[in-house]
Amino acid sequence: MTVVVTPSDAPAAGAPADAPRRVRQRRTPTDLVFRGVIRFGGIVVLLIMLLVGIFLTLRAVPALRTMGWRFLTAQEWDPVGGNFGVAGVLIGTLLIAAVAIVIAVPLATGTALYIAEYAPRRIAPMLVNLVDLMAAVPSVVYGIWGLYLLQPHLLVVGEQGEGLPRWLATYLGWFPLFRVDGYDPRDPLGSNSALTSSTFIAGIIVAMMVTPIISSVMREVFSQAPVGEREGAFALGATRWGMIRSVVLPFGRGGMIGGTMLGLGRALGETIGVYLVISFVFVIQPHILQSGGGSISSLIALRYAESNPIGIAGLMAAGLVLFGMTLLVNFGAGLIINRSRSGAASDA
Amino acid sequence: MTPRHAALTAEPDVAPVTAPPPATTIPVRPDRPATGERRRTLTTVRNTDVFAVLGAAVAAVGTTSLLFAQLAPFDGALGFVVVAYLLFLAFHLALVSLDEAGPVVWDRLAGVLVHSLAVAMLVALVVVVGFTLYRGRDALGHLNFYLEDMRVAGPLDPLTVGGIRHAVIGTLEQIAIALAITIPLGLLCAVFLSELPGAFSRFVRIIVEAMTALPSIVAGLFIYATLILALGRMKSGLAAALALSVMMLPIIIRAADVVLRLVPGTLREASLALGASQWRTIWHVVLPTARSGAMTAIILGTARGIGETSPVLLTAGFTQFTNANPLQANQVSLPLFTFDSIRRPDETMIARGFGAAAVLLALVLLLFVLARLLGGRAPGQLSRGQRRRRALASRRDALRFAARDRARPAGGRRTDPRTATPGGDPDPSDATTR
Repeated sequence: MTVVVTPSDAPAAGAPADAPRRVRQRRTPTDLVFRGVIRFGGIVVLLIMLLVGIFLTLRAVPALRTMGWRFLTAQEWDPVGGNFGVAGVLIGTLLIAAVAIVIAVPLATGTALYIAEYAPRRIAPMLVNLVDLMAAVPSVVYGIWGLYLLQPHLLVVGEQGEGLPRWLATYLGWFPLFRVDGYDPRDPLGSNSALTSSTFIAGIIVAMMVTPIISSVMREVFSQAPVGEREGAFALGATRWGMIRSVVLPFGRGGMIGGTMLGLGRALGETIGVYLVISFVFVIQPHILQSGGGSISSLIALRYAESNPIGIAGLMAAGLVLFGMTLLVNFGAGLIINRSRSGAASDA
Repeated sequence: MTPRHAALTAEPDVAPVTAPPPATTIPVRPDRPATGERRRTLTTVRNTDVFAVLGAAVAAVGTTSLLFAQLAPFDGALGFVVVAYLLFLAFHLALVSLDEAGPVVWDRLAGVLVHSLAVAMLVALVVVVGFTLYRGRDALGHLNFYLEDMRVAGPLDPLTVGGIRHAVIGTLEQIAIALAITIPLGLLCAVFLSELPGAFSRFVRIIVEAMTALPSIVAGLFIYATLILALGRMKSGLAAALALSVMMLPIIIRAADVVLRLVPGTLREASLALGASQWRTIWHVVLPTARSGAMTAIILGTARGIGETSPVLLTAGFTQFTNANPLQANQVSLPLFTFDSIRRPDETMIARGFGAAAVLLALVLLLFVLARLLGGRAPGQLSRGQRRRRALASRRDALRFAARDRARPAGGRRTDPRTATPGGDPDPSDATTR
């Protein structure tokens, strides 16, 4: 009616009957306007996004010019004195994210497997909703939960700091990651302050935030494992766990890795939960149980109010480093999900 | 097209005189389209499995109690739970291995582990939500908490003075502005990405996907550096809304893009083949089909934005006063108020912070329920009311066509048998009839 389609040439006599012919389309004015409008929308979004990226880079240049590559190796943060870098907070960010992922991945895998494989068909949709709801809980709520319940009542209880961190420091303290300097768990007069506000506790809070994200990606791919292969495994005599190991997990491997990386991307950028709990230090702090730590995002929240231009430039550069990391992780996740068998099935 | 769709009884080429009048047979559709193979429940629970779990649980709790109370110098609730759980696993393993072979034992162990991980997740959610509501109960009970701001209330004043009116107003205004920016722009961009494929839209999609990785604090830092430092504007609700928009835009575009790509290509082609223009196809076929999913995408994006603290922290400023004007002066919002008050030493301020967090949580919950009520259906799958309306519209069309055909002089165009049967049950899921 409105799109006029004319085959521009009749099929030649010798050509096979169903060879594709060239088709010329003439669009109506309404269509042209419409296409112009949506293309305009796309261009506006593109401009906004590019503006953010370019602006961040441009404003970070003075800081990077001052410090050069030392920006990645210096630990202090003294922009006025001309000595500042992200080494300490970068390591802190990675450690917090690592703790979060180590806790979140088993939890998310278990939950996803339960919803996709074990839960009764009737309650599974409700559980899916609950996990999605958990992903929507604001980060500040997780932060105050960590600050007022997790730390004082579950992990570092009382004057002596009873709890998992103390146990780890006492019995696994020989392992460098778990060492706590200046803290003797057998000293009856010792205080718990060496164990509070640590990377470990911040990591647990971040784990709570990323677990539902990882879990929902995993559940999605697990539930797409082909029914025929499942029943084939059962028919060959597999138990349910045998079926999961031989069909569901290999099928969902791409989704598992991709989901984990998506969660990692979120964990790296998390601000408020970390900022509320951790006591900020500007040195490389490899002992995850020891009080003090840091992350790039909480560095920005802590120091954004300083009004000197070089300080802001430094924060921009730090933000750029953080953005670069999350970008890399997210693109990696996308690639892995798309390349995997489960990803190909989910894209249809 | 499945053979059932082709069940229209076409007029025979050489119509015998006794042929029945042409009629349309509409295929009866199942309520839900059968998509491939459906999963069947293949497992059963035997009594012995239940007994093994219960027995192991009782034995584990008993042994742990004995251990903690009598035998060893252990204490601590967390230790009790951990030891009891490990003993439970051991007892269960032992019980099952009494009468099962190796693979079955591992199967039971894996089952128990998966169940307990899921329970741990559920407990974590319940504890996070429950703890916030529990600590917020002091503040939530006072009516003034919702109706007053903190203008007259000092940090040491009791909870009967002061409230979070200013924060609620700020949150609603900021999210409204952010949505007014992101919904049109986001949907426009998503339609562009899915309907005008090509090198340019692939490039835009890559950039948008990259921006979903933007940490929210960096979005806040961007607005802080441009609007406030470079352009010299004050910290305001508008700045906060812009920061939220920068953060939410890629999320909404990406989710809407996924939903639009799920619209079956056959629907689009059917509309185009009927002669509709691209604009009409998108407006009347693609967007209505994807409406449910797009709604979910928008509402979940809103829930994300409403609870975000870090961009607001940098751009909105803090105030004790009600400021209904988002264009000027500091404007506080619920997450920011929570963040600020729970870091103070005073008990009443902490209680107010928890109260604000509980209100925020309730807002998110409300949005979430809304998303599930309005959306959550697969593309093209209609609610009962929508199906009824479509059926009515289709019947009206059929009657209208029939009336027009009757009014036409007898020598006019031949009646199209496919549209001229008012008695037939119109296809309820035909998305093109409006």
